[in-house]
Amino acid sequence: MAVYEEKSARPAPINTNGAIYWLKENLFATPLDIAITFLILFVLFQVVPPFLNWTIFDASFLGSTKADATGSGANWIFVKDKISMFMYGFYPQDQLFRLQILVGVTLVEIVLFKYIAKTIKQKIFVFVLYPIVAFILIKGGMFGLVEVPTNKWGGLLLTLVISFVGIVLSIPIGIILAFGRQSNLPVIKNLSVVYIEFIRGVPLITMLFMGSVLLPLFFQEGVELNKLLRALIVITMVESAFVSEAIRGGLQAIPKGQYEAADSLGLSYWQKMILVILPQALKVAIPNLVGISIELFKDTSLVMIIGLFDLLSMVHLTSNDSHWLGMETEGYVFVTFIYLIFCYGMSRYSMILEKRFNTDHR
Amino acid sequence: MSILNNKTFRDILSQFIVVTALVLFIWHIVGNLQHNIEVRGITTGFAFFGDKAGFGISESPISYSEDSTYFRAFLVGLTNTVYVSFVGIFFASILGVIIGVGRLSKNFLISKLSLLYVEFFRNIPLLLQILFWYNIVLAALPGPRQSIALWANCFLNNRGFYIPKPIFGTSFEYVVLAFVVAIGLVVFLSKWATKRFEETGKDMLVWPWAILILVTIPLVVFNLLGSPLSFDYPALRGFNFRGGMSYSPEFLALAFALSVYTASLIAEAVRSGIEAVAKGQKEAAASLGLTSYQSLKLVVLPQAIRIAIPPILGQYLNLIKNSSLATAIGYPEIVTVFSGTVLNQTGQAIEIIAVTMAVYLTISLFVSLILNIVNKKLAIKER
Amino acid sequence: MENIIQIKNLNKWYGDFHVLKDINLEVKKGEIIVICGPSGSGKSTMTRCINYLETFQEGELVVDGIALEDDVKKIRDIRSKVAMVFQHFELFPHLSILDNLILAPMHVHQIPKHEAVETAMKYLKRVNIADQANKYPNQLSGGQKQRVAIARALCANPTIMLFDEPTSALDPEMINEVLDVMVDLSKEHKTMICVTHEMGFAKRVADRVIFMADGQIVEENTPDEFFNNPQSDRLKQFLEQIITH
Repeated sequence: MAVYEEKSARPAPINTNGAIYWLKENLFATPLDIAITFLILFVLFQVVPPFLNWTIFDASFLGSTKADATGSGANWIFVKDKISMFMYGFYPQDQLFRLQILVGVTLVEIVLFKYIAKTIKQKIFVFVLYPIVAFILIKGGMFGLVEVPTNKWGGLLLTLVISFVGIVLSIPIGIILAFGRQSNLPVIKNLSVVYIEFIRGVPLITMLFMGSVLLPLFFQEGVELNKLLRALIVITMVESAFVSEAIRGGLQAIPKGQYEAADSLGLSYWQKMILVILPQALKVAIPNLVGISIELFKDTSLVMIIGLFDLLSMVHLTSNDSHWLGMETEGYVFVTFIYLIFCYGMSRYSMILEKRFNTDHR
Repeated sequence: MSILNNKTFRDILSQFIVVTALVLFIWHIVGNLQHNIEVRGITTGFAFFGDKAGFGISESPISYSEDSTYFRAFLVGLTNTVYVSFVGIFFASILGVIIGVGRLSKNFLISKLSLLYVEFFRNIPLLLQILFWYNIVLAALPGPRQSIALWANCFLNNRGFYIPKPIFGTSFEYVVLAFVVAIGLVVFLSKWATKRFEETGKDMLVWPWAILILVTIPLVVFNLLGSPLSFDYPALRGFNFRGGMSYSPEFLALAFALSVYTASLIAEAVRSGIEAVAKGQKEAAASLGLTSYQSLKLVVLPQAIRIAIPPILGQYLNLIKNSSLATAIGYPEIVTVFSGTVLNQTGQAIEIIAVTMAVYLTISLFVSLILNIVNKKLAIKER
Repeated sequence: MENIIQIKNLNKWYGDFHVLKDINLEVKKGEIIVICGPSGSGKSTMTRCINYLETFQEGELVVDGIALEDDVKKIRDIRSKVAMVFQHFELFPHLSILDNLILAPMHVHQIPKHEAVETAMKYLKRVNIADQANKYPNQLSGGQKQRVAIARALCANPTIMLFDEPTSALDPEMINEVLDVMVDLSKEHKTMICVTHEMGFAKRVADRVIFMADGQIVEENTPDEFFNNPQSDRLKQFLEQIITH
């Protein structure tokens, strides 16, 4: 009955798109909305300028002693002065160059891992190489490097060491636990479940106490476990339970058909799990694993309660200096800032990974 | 076929190997343990629970003195854990729901500020937050003589938060009774309103009436009985406050940090729950003519709650476990008192840490049970 | 017969994207319209404008004498005359089938419960699913769910029914049970607007078939002329693509 000619697209009318429309819809839509918007703006104007003043505009950045402070705001000279304590703990100043080399090595490793290593074997090689190189650089005692004992490691360095070791060691153990929990064999399944539920039910601090006080009693006389090692053992035990749950989620996301296809090809249990199931499950689990790493990074702050000197403990230690009394607030703000950068950064990265995963798992 | 290839045999064999390896391992470390205990002269057994504690505890809801037993000290720690956890859960839930809903607000400022709140508080360690509130904020409060005075005779200073203590007269029980009667009336009213709605289609708002009833009836009885309620007001005597009730800075810092931190996680659970209710459900409700309030109440929230409850209960459990961080500031909950002071005095680390862990495991089990019951009751029926 | 739906020069933008271009359409009371077209053509969007699930920036839309605008009361009035059936059924999973049907009559139209239940059972019988009244949506198959959704739409006694790809989410063997119900409805002279790919249905009951592409109406005709004698190249191309081999 009717045929119409082709119409071309027009731009949208002005008051239905653009800035004024946006303001109306998002801030001033209803009378209640208008009232709330003004209330919030009022509160913000009371709070934000003083905060900015203290942090930036009235703050002191230049100088080297407390007396050099010029304004009434934050004294960031303190942070500058104590920066190596915040970053490295009690690491000897003359050996800091090793840590700076380590930063470079880390970047090189990332490039190698992502772009240069092609096969799985190469990637695993690069991945395993890193902790060995890092350990040599940080601890020393070989290749002509002076030994730096673990009780001198502190600050952000210690936090990163504990987080990295914790997550890396807990992944293989977590994989085994996840397999165990999925298993049909009652003994193995129950042992895994008991272990995982136990870890999930107790606070981390009690596990750290257990590690610090009880663990030495389980070892033969004469075996010396330094504090850091005890903490690392306990943290690995705890994180592997959480990692196993993340991997179990990944395993459950794999359709039954994959298991059946592998079986029908004649693969053994271990071949099936390692060649077919695990690679897919890990991919699904990666966003959760990043989430666990973020939690671990924050939880390392608990080691200060058992006497290790991580980043958080540096606030108290640095402000105890008689030259810099009363600088605790600056310390807390600075440390908060560092945690925010790391944790928020990791969570953004996890979202990118999730998006990437969602698009290619169609 | 050789028995080695029989699947059942292999299953049993592998389990047997695992069990044997585990048993050998445990035997070995227990052997080490016994040896070390002997060498270091550590006492074992639970007899110490009956010994006199010999130390004071700064705050306790139940009576305690230095002459009390270690068992009593253990109970004090336990009650403090429960107390601070309850307060934390209460405020975290309210704050969490508000911010979670705020994340979805159409108002740009509300939604962005809620987002800022969540991203800020959940990306910094809880221990840092506790230490900050305790060492910076509460320590900056003025001394008792220059306390900040709040309404109704409440005072805030660096020794704590002082509020009037209610003293109940003998006939106050009747006021409580009146409140119970009021609750019964509200239940009756809402049942009647439902019945009337089903029969005639006339809907009514019950909650304004409910509030009116719950407030006026006990109030009327209270007045008739001559106001059997008086207060012990905190008053400055010399350098400190006497009378009234007080909350220590340790309690305040811990409760506050726990609430603010957990609220950010609960907000995320609430937001996910509401967002998970498919857009189509809201459209279907709208296309049937339901107002947005009706759509929220009858279609969206019932589904959102089912999704949000498991993670929220998980956060409650995390809050209870996180209360153990009180050790850093000395609030006397179970880890500080029992795994701290008692352990230091008796040296019986094994028993004490085991008992502490057992307490938390019991609490975890309890929360899991509640979660299972709630899930069963709310489950959406499937094929 | 008067026009029960009048769309004049309707234009809609999503941000900068011009998604509905100069839509002009008049629907007579009792007419059965089928709208088809490639995905992204705007056919669902235009249909959803009729019960104001989608808003528009320019143009006029009058439904049963009420002009659509941002007036809450007018929107509710229109929604009590226009009922919609969704592609993904959108039954409320936490309520039983019966409760799904009586929810709107009781809360929107203030009808007493026993009356609402009577009406609900009548329509459940009509769509042949009365025996499932106390079951829950997730216990039913796709075809059953869609029939319940149609019954739910009927409970409001609408003058206009909108169907947004009602069979697209169904397994092939269930499509017919839903189409049969729709054919049955068409005999009652309710105004029906169906967005669908089911050409057999269109040929059987439609008074008019409308083809949309790229946000505008390209061609409309009686079913016979539409399928056997397509005028525009765009329609010819589309028909070629959907004729099954």
